[in-house]
Parts: sequence; C-alpha cells; structure tokens
Amino acid sequence: MRNLQAGLKSPADLELMRKRLKEARGRRENYLAVCGDTGCTVWGSNTIKDSLQDCLKRKGFLEKVDIKFTGCLGLCESGPVIIVFPQEIFYQKVKEADIEEIIDKTVLKGEVVERLLYEDPTSGQKYIYASDIPFYKNQVRVLLGNNWINDPNSIEDYIAIDGYKALGRALTEMSPAEVVEEIKISHLRGRGGAGFPTGRKWEECYKASSDHKYIICNADEGDPGAFMDRSLLEGNPHAVLEGLIIGGYAVGASEGIIYIRAEYPTAVDKLSLAINNAEKLGLLGENIMGSGFNFYVSISIGAGAFVCGETSALVSSIEGKVGEPRQKPPHLVERGLWNKPTVVNNVETLANVPYIILNGAGEFCRTGTKESRGTKIFSLVGKVNNTGLVEVPLGITLREIIFEIGGGIKDGGKFKAVQTGGPSGGCLPEMFLDSPVDFEELKAAGSMMGSGGMIVMDEETCMIDVARYFLRFLKDESCGKCFSCREGISRMLEIADSIARGTGSLEELELLKELGSAVKDSSMCGLGQSSANPVLSTIRYFEDEYKDHILENKCPAGVCRELISFDIDSVFCNTCGACIKNCPASAVCEDKEGQPVIIQEACSKCGTCLETCKHGAVLKR
Amino acid sequence: MINMILNGLEISVEKGTTLLETANFYGIEIPTLCHDEGLSSYGACRLCLVEVGPPGRSWLVSSCTYPAREGLVVRTHTRRIARARRMLIELYLATCPSSKTIQDLACQFQVTAVRFRQRHDDCILCGLCVRMCDEQMQAKAIGLVDRGADRRVATPFDKKSEQCRLCGGCQYICPACQARCQGPQEENPICNACLNLAPPCLEEYEDAMCYMDPCVACELKGNN
Ligand SMILES: Cc1cc2nc3c(=O)[nH]c(=O)nc-3n(C[C@H](O)[C@H](O)[C@H](O)COP(=O)(O)O)c2cc1C
Ligand code: FES
Repeated sequence: MRNLQAGLKSPADLELMRKRLKEARGRRENYLAVCGDTGCTVWGSNTIKDSLQDCLKRKGFLEKVDIKFTGCLGLCESGPVIIVFPQEIFYQKVKEADIEEIIDKTVLKGEVVERLLYEDPTSGQKYIYASDIPFYKNQVRVLLGNNWINDPNSIEDYIAIDGYKALGRALTEMSPAEVVEEIKISHLRGRGGAGFPTGRKWEECYKASSDHKYIICNADEGDPGAFMDRSLLEGNPHAVLEGLIIGGYAVGASEGIIYIRAEYPTAVDKLSLAINNAEKLGLLGENIMGSGFNFYVSISIGAGAFVCGETSALVSSIEGKVGEPRQKPPHLVERGLWNKPTVVNNVETLANVPYIILNGAGEFCRTGTKESRGTKIFSLVGKVNNTGLVEVPLGITLREIIFEIGGGIKDGGKFKAVQTGGPSGGCLPEMFLDSPVDFEELKAAGSMMGSGGMIVMDEETCMIDVARYFLRFLKDESCGKCFSCREGISRMLEIADSIARGTGSLEELELLKELGSAVKDSSMCGLGQSSANPVLSTIRYFEDEYKDHILENKCPAGVCRELISFDIDSVFCNTCGACIKNCPASAVCEDKEGQPVIIQEACSKCGTCLETCKHGAVLKR
Repeated sequence: MINMILNGLEISVEKGTTLLETANFYGIEIPTLCHDEGLSSYGACRLCLVEVGPPGRSWLVSSCTYPAREGLVVRTHTRRIARARRMLIELYLATCPSSKTIQDLACQFQVTAVRFRQRHDDCILCGLCVRMCDEQMQAKAIGLVDRGADRRVATPFDKKSEQCRLCGGCQYICPACQARCQGPQEENPICNACLNLAPPCLEEYEDAMCYMDPCVACELKGNN
C-alpha cells in the first residue's frame, strides 16, 4: 500500500487508509480465526494453522479465505480454538485430522462439524455459534472482543477496526487538558491493583513542570496464574500502544517505556513489531500525523521479579539499579524515572484509553458501578469448568462469573472459596458470591481487585495450604529491604507451616493474626502491606479449619501431608499389585496373605496409590 | 518553611526536613536502627514508624524517609505505632538476640517475651555498613546481594574486595554484628573485639575526629 511507505501526514490520511482497508476487507469476509495465544499454542495451534493453510492451498482457496492467527480467544481450557467467520462457528479441541473436514464442510458449505462443537459441561447442551456459548454470552468484551477479528501482527487490521482513530482525534481536536478531563470524567481507575483514578494521576503529571516527562506502561504482571496483560499485549498490542501515546500526549511526555518481563518473549516480539509498524506509518516518532507532537516508545525488559511491578521498584529497575521499592513520597510525579515526572499505568488501563477517547467518557461510564466503571479482565482459573480470560462489567457478582461464565465447579464439586487479587489478595467464602465485584466491595471483604487473578477453589482445597502457597511465593519475591516484610513473611510462614504439620497451638494462631496486622501496618511498599491478606482473610473466614488442624490434628480437605494417612481396605482390594508397583517410596508391601499394606513410616503421602487403584480400595483419611 | 501538625502542635520546619528530624528537633524521641545522621535515609528497620494523616484515614510510615509536607498531620506515639513497634522488636529479638542495641530496645519498650522460634543471626540487614562504606568511606566494597529471605551483605562475588581498605567503618556502625556486640564480659570489661580497628585518634588525639564512644583506643592509651 502506498501509504505504508510514505507515512501518514494527517488524521485525514489515516481515514483514507482506513476506508481503503475496510473496502478491501468487505470483499473478503470469509476467514478463520485460529487462536495463537500461548494457551492454544501449547495445545498445538501452530501446526493447526499451518495445516489449514496447506489444505486451503491444495484446494485452491487460499485467495478466498483468510487465516488469522489471533490473540487469546478466551476459552483456553478447550484449545486449540478456531472460529469460522462470518458465521462465528466455534470449534474447540481441534486436531490436525479435523482440518480437511472443517474446510470442506464449514468453510465451503457452511455446514457444522458436530463433534467439534462446544458442549456445556453441566447441561450437556451443544452450541454452534461463539456468541451463544454461556462463557461468552455473559461477558462484555470491550477489550478482548477485538482479538477475534484482529491479527496482532498487522497494523492494517487494527486500523481497519478504527485503530488510531482516537489518537488522531486527541491530537487534532483535543488539547492535553481536554484529554485528561475526558479520562477524569470517565472515572477510569487503574487496573494494575490499587485502582487509583487514572485521570487524577495524569492531571498531576500534566501540571508538573519539567523539560522532560515519562509515561511507563507496567507490563510486569507477576501474579501467579494471571495472564490478562500478556494476552492483551499478544492479542492487540496496538491498543496498548495507542493508549500509551494518548497518555503521553495528555501528560506532556515525549517518551514512553513499556516495562515487560523477560518471561513474555512473544509479547515482546509482537510489541516490537507493533512499535516498528507504527513508526513506519508515522503514528509514532516525530511530528505524529502532522500534529507537531513527538513521542518515542522503547521497551525495557525486566528480569521477572514480582516486586518490580511496584512503581518505584520498576523505575529503579529501568534505571539499571536493583529493583527495590523506596518509600513514597516523593511520588513518581515529583521524582520519577531519572528524577523526572513520571506516570506509570497498567497495560489494561492504557488499553481502555482509546475506547474512552473514541466513544466518549459517557459511553464508558455506562458499564460498571458508581465507583468502578467499565469492564475488567479476569483470568479465571482453578476448579472451574471454563478456565480462561473473561472480561466482565464491574459490579457483576462472583456467582455470575464462576457459575455462569465459568460453568460451575469442575467434576461436580462444591464451591468453597475464591481467591482474588493475586498473592496480595484474599480468599472469599460462599457468603460473598452475590456481592458485586468492584474495588470497594472486594477491599471491604478483606481481599482486593488486584490485577485480576481469580482462583476458584473447591472442597478439596485446604485454606491453610493456600495461605502457605502465597506466603512462600511472597517470601521468595520480597525484595528483603524492609525488615517487617522480610522477617514478617518468613515468620508467618513458619507458623502456618507448624499449623499445617499439626504442631500449632491456639496461641500461635493469635500470634499469626497479631503479626499479620503488624506487617500490614509497618511495611514500606504494597508487597509487604498486603502480604498478610492471604493469611488474615483465610483466618477470618475459615478459622474453624485452622482449629481443626490445631485441636484435632486433622486436615478436613485432606491436603496437609502430615495430617493424612493412606490405608488399603482389604474388602475392596483384589491384590492386583498396582499400588506396589507404582509407589515411588516403596512403602506398599505384601503381608503374609499376599495382601498389600502401606508401611506408614515409609509413606511419603504422595497419593499415587490412590490414583492408581482401580478398585477404590485405597482410603485417604 | 513548611507548616505541619505534630502531636497536635502547630509547628514549622524547613523544606527538605524529614519527619524524624522534625520530631527530634522538637525533642520527641523516636527509636531507630537503620538511621545515622551522616548517612542517607534507608527506611528498612521500620522502627521509626509514625502515623500520618487524619485520624481514621491514617497510615504508618517510616519517619526517617518521609519528608515534611505542608499541612501534614503527624502523630508519633499512638497505640497503633506501639503495637507494630513492639511486634518488630520481638521479631528482632527472635532473630538477632546477641545485639546489645536490640536488647536495649527490648528493655526500653518492655518486650519481655519472644513467641517465635529463636534464631541467632548476626545481621539484621539494616544496610548501615553498606551505606557507610559507600557514602562515608567512598569504597563501595560491600553491597546487598540476593533478595527476600536470602538477602545478605557481601563483597562482589564473595571474593575479597580490592576496594576494601580495612577501615572498619562497617564494623563501627553495625548495631548487631558479633564483633562489636558481645558486650562487656565478666573477665574483661571491654569486649576487645574492636581492638583490630585502627581509629584515627590512635596516632594523634583529635577530638573532632574520634567517632568511637567509648573509644577503645583512647581507653587503652589512657591505661598505659
Ligand atoms: C508488589 C507489587 C507488584 C505489582 N505488580 C504489578 C504488575 O505486575 N502490573 C501492574 O500493572 N501493576 C502492578 N502493581 C501495581 C503498581 O504499583 C501500580 O499501582 C500500577 O502499575 C499503576 O497503574 P494503574 O494505575 O494503571 O493501575 C504492583 C504493586 C505491587 C505493590
Ligand atoms: S530508622 Fe527509619 S526505618 Fe530504620
């Protein structure tokens, strides 16, 4: 395309390009969206895409049907996922052997391949169209929706769906102050964890006088089990980039930095490509679209420390120093990167910005609750039927997310708790299922929104085990600078370990509570201040379970190894010997009658015998 | 000048003053472990906590790193602070009981029992030695390595540092390490551990330069 080489000189140029792209697209609406996000790639979507291409070539349809290797389509659980457009027929768990049939039947004739359809795990109902599946039906996919129709590596695709239109509008029709005002009206709150109003943050930086300012996109995303930001960057990097440029314009920054962890190589590649393409088109760099605004973006790769997601640690990491937080104030607006005013925003926050500028703050405000507007992406994982990324309007209840979108608890289990907010969040029991999900409600319940991790747990989860898991994570990830966090977390873990071993006492439980609130109060940065949440929230809602461990030496969920034992019930056992063969600790022997018995002293409580026994003869208690 | 409210009093201090300096200036004592007047603030020991913000919406911060701000409401002796501080001291005692400084703090704040499993570390990672070496001795021979529970003070790659001049500044400033803190012993009123330091006053007595109190070297000289 001519424009690509020449660069866009004005928003009018961009509109011209968009018009042409849309026309070209209108003629080719047949396409296949193959999920190319990490989840599906692991399921083998790479080879699926190649075989699709081969197959189309063989049949001579390569010209007529496009294949888009897209970002996350949502239902990571059932990968590889393919959506056939224009009908939006949804196929899951596609194998290479199915490809010929998909092309012959669905692409060419519009017929449905029954066996690849999604089947609801609870009702058993099959769904043909993606938008009918309850998982998608109950979501509001403002940010993720574009993944279906967008090849992340193609800036043309993004432009065709009104990409960079918001940037054009901001640069030509709005002053920086007006952009800030629009964001303020939208009540957009930071999606990185704290939920700070973005408009207010930008306003402070806008007002700060300095010859140089920075805006940083925080793509560190260190929460275990969370991958919202990665998916946004891999699925639609231009949206984040556009948000960053608009943010830069609003606060008066001329340099943007995307701080991303080294564990996200695909996202780094896609981002670099996006930056390159945007530069080529003149959407980035000097005199963007003839507006006189200069803005440069670079990528800074972090080594993957959780604490580097904290803004002051992030800044010192970019500066090449050790990633350690410092006490604020001075805030980053006063003393940020290289001592210049700096704004740090989360990936998802920035991805919301183009939408707000394009559709107006009023439109954005229509979803959500009074204090928390818009949508939020959660990574729904754990013991639910549909795991994956879900984007929901804020204010939705936990029950809707877990039971309607998530399809309920796996294997017909019973809901016990949901952990929100990552390692700094808390576990909420059943009584909160009907409370709305927003920043204030979650905080009041002793958890937090965090960056959007949501781990669902069933009756087979031990809450002390959960608390210990997060404490271990935090113990490793604490920078270790401030004493209360370093020593406090170690000691909380020490006590929790002792309770899990059955050697704890009620005094220790009290001490744990006391220590938790002291660590919360006295630590320097967000990591330490929230490190007690997993412990305090589980004690608050599951104190009985702690007491079972302490007083009865029992783990009701059957998880804590020191408190459970395995036995073989000779009534059911048919002496097949599978347990003897498979026991890694050689703890199962035959007695005189040839009956397998478990030697308790040697047993490592791994549960292999329970898994291998086909006769249900192994008992856990 | 910056106007603030300190423990209910309207006060004013110069710009750039920290809350710790402000409190000290007004005669309010705040315990510290990782702070030294000659070194930059670090904010790691968390003992110097003060409560800032209006009641009900207040939070605790380390006063050694918190700059004085216009209109700030600061309280230095609240129950919340005392509770957090006593817990910290108990943790210090459980970690590093051989430090005289820590024992003194425990005494001062009436921490009489340790409910945690006793450990015997000889470092509390206050970072004083590292800052001393860097800021006062301009040597940068030691630094903090690793993170979380594995954090420790070490020379680069754990090899003997070329930069170290054996000045002893690190030992002098350490509030915890064995070398300084064995305390007076029965058979010997001074612990002697500092004897291998060479304070500047050894050759020629000069009041201003002597930073050791009690100065081992001078005492030895006086005895001779
Ligand atoms: C220990 C710790 C880890 C954090 N990790 C992240 C992270 O991975 N990604 C992120 O966007 N924010 C993270 N944050 C929150 C940031 O400090 C900051 O609030 C956020 O990036 C601001 O952007 P926002 O206003 O757009 O949310 C973390 C905070 C703490 C205390
Ligand atoms: S003296 Fe302020 S934190 Fe140590």
